[in-house]
Amino acid sequence: MARLTWRPARLVKVREETASARTLVFDVPGWPGHLPGQHVDVRLTADDGYTARRSYSLAGPDGVELTVQRVDDGEVSPYLTEVMRPGDELEVRGPVGGWFVWRPANPAPVLLVAGGAGVVPLMAMLRARRASRSATPFRLVYSVRSPEQLYYADELAAPDPGVDVSVVYTRTAPDGEARPAGRLTAADLGPSGEADCYVCGPTGFVEAAAGLLLELGHDPARVRTERFGPTGE
Amino acid sequence: MSADYLDGNALAGPFAEIFAADVTVAVGRCASCGLTGPVAGLRVYAQAPGLVARCPGCEEVVLRLVRGPDAAWLDLRGTISLRIPLPGAGA
Repeated sequence: MARLTWRPARLVKVREETASARTLVFDVPGWPGHLPGQHVDVRLTADDGYTARRSYSLAGPDGVELTVQRVDDGEVSPYLTEVMRPGDELEVRGPVGGWFVWRPANPAPVLLVAGGAGVVPLMAMLRARRASRSATPFRLVYSVRSPEQLYYADELAAPDPGVDVSVVYTRTAPDGEARPAGRLTAADLGPSGEADCYVCGPTGFVEAAAGLLLELGHDPARVRTERFGPTGE
Repeated sequence: MSADYLDGNALAGPFAEIFAADVTVAVGRCASCGLTGPVAGLRVYAQAPGLVARCPGCEEVVLRLVRGPDAAWLDLRGTISLRIPLPGAGA
């Protein structure tokens, strides 16, 4: 293992996820591979040499695929979500982070808890489960404000066998949804047996969700969290 | 203390520039309260010039990392020890 350096990354494909988020697929020559849950640092350099750096979770089990939420007063995300075109380049450094990762060889059941854009590294775990043909039971509880904010909607509507997906709407629920819109509660996370828990979202969400998991009796040593800032930038 | 903090996971990139092993999986001991836990579990405040990591138990500063134009400064005064997992000898 050597110290990491910046590598050029060329945008090859874009997928719109919501009105304000998109997935960017990059070609990164020499990418060493990664574990689901790891992230990359992204560096943009302006013509005058000014650089801006952000950290994004990898969304897939292979290659460099990022889902980026536009933050209106952000410095980097408006470029990534609205301006960058296939063929354009930036630099990436990674993969980094060996703590918030799922290893397909681990047979323990998994409980994933996502708040908004925090679903991205958890989606990488679900996709890695599929890619490795794992039969490990997975459950995803995904909290979003409204149906329009849902990432990966088609993929999550048809989960793989052994994967349970529940979406918790906090502001506006779609027609026909039995659960009224409201914050995540212990009832949304339970009942569940022993599991390796991964919680990702904004800091406030992670605090609340991790607290609920402990209330439900989950072992703190098996609850791993990843917080991002209040803006995601 | 501001609630706008990240996890120690956010240190992975900046540390990867300095160290060959992943420091975020290392288990550290807080010099202030003695709590042990993974560096990934520290509370990281990125609004300061540089990165300030605080203990999740007592909120004291455990480490600080500042990247200058031609050097990085790593202040570990709040850390008693770091246990860094490594591959077995001969691996």
